[in-house]
Amino acid sequence: MAPEKLPYKPNPRAPRAVLPVLEPRRRASTPEEVALGFTPEQAIAEAQRCLQCAKPECVNACPLHIDIKRFIRRLAEGDAVGAHEVIGEQSPFPGVCGRVCQHELFCEDACVTGKKWDPVAIGSLERFAADHARLRAHELSPNGSKKPQGPKVALVGSGPASLIAAYDLVRLHYRVTIFEALHKLGGVLAYGIPNFRLPREILAEEIARLQNLGVEFVPDFIVGKTATIEDLFDEGYQAIFVGTGAGLPYLMGIPGENLTGVYTANEFLTRINLMEAYKFPDVSTPVRVGKRTIVVGGGNSAMDAARWARRFGSETIVLFRRGRAEMRARLEEIEHAEEEEVQFHFLAAPVALYGDENGHVREMECIRMELGEPDSSGRPSPVPIEGSNFRIMCDTVVAAIGQAPNPTLQKATPQLITKRGKIVVNESGETSLPRVYAGGDVVRGGSTVILAMKDGRAAAEAIHEALSS
Amino acid sequence: MNQILAKRPLAPEVTLFEIEAPRIQRRWQPGQFVMVRPLPTSERIPLTLVTSDAVRQSVTIVVQAIGKTTKELAALEAGDAVADFVGPLGEAASTTKGERVVCMAGGVGVAELLPVAKAFHDASNHVTCLCGARSDNYRILDAELREAADVVEWATDDGSFGFHGNVVQMLLARNKPGDFTVGHVIGPIPMMKAAAEATRSWGLKLYASLNPVMIDGTGMCVGCRVTVGSEVKFACVDGPEFDAHLVDFDELARRNRAYRDMEQEALQHQCRLQKVE
Repeated sequence: MAPEKLPYKPNPRAPRAVLPVLEPRRRASTPEEVALGFTPEQAIAEAQRCLQCAKPECVNACPLHIDIKRFIRRLAEGDAVGAHEVIGEQSPFPGVCGRVCQHELFCEDACVTGKKWDPVAIGSLERFAADHARLRAHELSPNGSKKPQGPKVALVGSGPASLIAAYDLVRLHYRVTIFEALHKLGGVLAYGIPNFRLPREILAEEIARLQNLGVEFVPDFIVGKTATIEDLFDEGYQAIFVGTGAGLPYLMGIPGENLTGVYTANEFLTRINLMEAYKFPDVSTPVRVGKRTIVVGGGNSAMDAARWARRFGSETIVLFRRGRAEMRARLEEIEHAEEEEVQFHFLAAPVALYGDENGHVREMECIRMELGEPDSSGRPSPVPIEGSNFRIMCDTVVAAIGQAPNPTLQKATPQLITKRGKIVVNESGETSLPRVYAGGDVVRGGSTVILAMKDGRAAAEAIHEALSS
Repeated sequence: MNQILAKRPLAPEVTLFEIEAPRIQRRWQPGQFVMVRPLPTSERIPLTLVTSDAVRQSVTIVVQAIGKTTKELAALEAGDAVADFVGPLGEAASTTKGERVVCMAGGVGVAELLPVAKAFHDASNHVTCLCGARSDNYRILDAELREAADVVEWATDDGSFGFHGNVVQMLLARNKPGDFTVGHVIGPIPMMKAAAEATRSWGLKLYASLNPVMIDGTGMCVGCRVTVGSEVKFACVDGPEFDAHLVDFDELARRNRAYRDMEQEALQHQCRLQKVE
C-alpha cells in the first residue's frame, strides 16, 4: 500500500525549526554527534515553509545543483524516501553534505523565504532525508548491478572532489579507481572533520554507495611516491583527476613553535580523528591535551580542534586576530563551540611561545590587533597595536591558520604547472598535462567541501567529453 | 597485500621482516622509508627500507621491539600481513662519486645504513663502515655490510668485539681530519649529535638520517619538524636526511621524548589486557 501523501500547504511564516542538539554538558568526553537532526514532525513542518518558487534560486545557488525544490516538496508530502532519491540524482552524499556544507552561504542564502523571514533549513532537511534513508539502506544498495565496462579513470585522493567525480563517472560506466594515501577513505572528511560533526558510519555508508556502484578504492597508495602519474597512464588509465587537497599546514612562524605541546590543527585532528587518539590507550596513538589549550585561528579546523580539546577536559581559548564576524567557520560550529564553553579572544595574535625546562610549552605571548582596511580576502585586515603585548599561560597550542596544497604529487610531476603550490587548471579543470585534471583544495588552496565537489563534478564532465569524443 | 614472506631474528629484540610490496620494491631508493601500521589499533611508524628482491617483489625492514607498536610488529609471523605498509617515502640519500666516505651507525641503525653504504659503494666511492653495538651478540648484518662496503669496523660498548667503546670514540681513536670527505650517520640521537660535534672541524660533509615522530609521513601533520640551520624542515618530505652539522639535535631529542610517558602507559595497558585474556 502506498503511503498517503500529505497535503502541501506552504507556510513560510512559521518559525524555522530549531535543530535538536545534544545537551552541552553531555558532550564532554564523548565523540557523539552534537546535532541530532530533525524529528519527522519538524521536517515536515519545515519543508512546508518552502514556497516552491517557480524559479528556485536555491537550486542555482547549490554548487551541485541538487533539485532542492523537488526534494523539499517530497518531504512536505511526507515522502522522505522520495526526497532521498531526488537528492541522489545529483549527489550520493546527503548525509555528509547535510552535516558539513555551509548552507548559509549557498542554498539558504538564496532562499526566497529568507528574503522576508528565516530561510528554509535546507541543510537540516537534506540531512533528514539522508538519515531516514539509512534505515532502509539494504534496499538502496543495488544488488548484482552491472560492473562498469568503460575506459579506466584514476582519481587521486579520496576526498570530496574525487568522491563526486567518481559518482558521475561510474554512472557513465567508466571504470573508476580512487587512490588514497592514508589508510582510511574520505580525505579531509576522515582526518579533518570530527566524529561529533560527522559520525564515521555516515561517511563509510555513503562511500559504500560508490563501492556498490563499482568504484574501486585503493588505500595506502601515494601517487607521486608509490606510483607516478606516468605509471598510471602506462597501466591503462585514460584520464587522471588530482584531488589531493590542501593538507600542508601553515606554521605560525614564531619563536617556540617547535616546543612540545604545540600542534598544527592537522596533526592534532589527524591524531584524534584518523588515529582515534580519543580511545587511547585502547588504540596506541596518543595526543597530549593539557589543562589549558589555545587554538589559533577562526576557521572550521580551529572550531574542530577547540571542541575536541573541550572533550578532553581542557579549558580552551580560541585566539583569532580579527572579530567574530570575520570568522570563516560555519555559524553552527561557532555556536556549538560557544555552548561548549570554548572561550574566544578576538583581535589578538600570537608572537612567541615560551617553554619549561623540558621544552614543553607553558606560555603564549600575544599582541592585540585592530581592524584596518579590507585585505585581499575582503575582510578588514588585522593591524597590530604596538606595545599591547600580553601573556597567557597554556600547555597545549594548536595552530589552525590554514593549509597549502599537498606538494607530493606536484614534486614528483615537475611538468605540472603550479602557482604557489596550487595546480593551475583551465576552465574545464584540465591541467598543463593532457588528460590530467585537478580540482578542490589542490587548485583553490584551503576552501570548502562543497566547492571541491563542484570542481570534481566539472572535471568528471570534462573527462567524459574528452574520452567520448 | 603486505604479507610477511619471511621473518629472521638478527639480535635480541631485533627482527628483520621481508614483506611483499611489488610497487615499493620497484620504486624505492636507499634512504627512503615506509609508514607501517602493524595492527589496525597500532600507531603509524616510519621504518627505513633496508633491501629489496625483484624476483620475490619484496622489501625488507628491520625493527627493534621497544615500544608498543614495534612489539606488535615483532609479534607477527611469516604468513601474517601488516595492516598498512605505505611508501616509499622521503627523499633518497645523497650519494657522491669518487670520495672517501665514512658511514656510521649504531644499534638498529646499522640495518638502515646498509642500503646507503651500498649506494655509495655502487657509485664508486671508497666506503668505510663504522658500526656500533651494545655487545657482540647485538651486531647485525655484518656479512651484508662487508659485501656492500670496502671496510667494516665494529665497536662494542662492552668490548666483546672490536673496538671497546662507541662508534664516535672509535672514529676519533682511529681516524683524523682528512681521512674522509663525505659521511653518513644514522642511529640514536646522542650518537648522531656526537658524530656531528666530533667532525665539525673536519671539513667533512656529514649527512644524518633522522627518525622523528611522524603520523602520516606525507607532509600533512608536520609533527616531524626539525630545525636545520635557521630553517624548519619536515623530515618526512624534505628528509629524512639533512646536513648533520646544521641539525638541532637537542630539540629533536626533546620532541622525540614528548610522548614517552604515554608510550609507557600504552604498553602497561596492553600488558594488563594480556593478563585478563
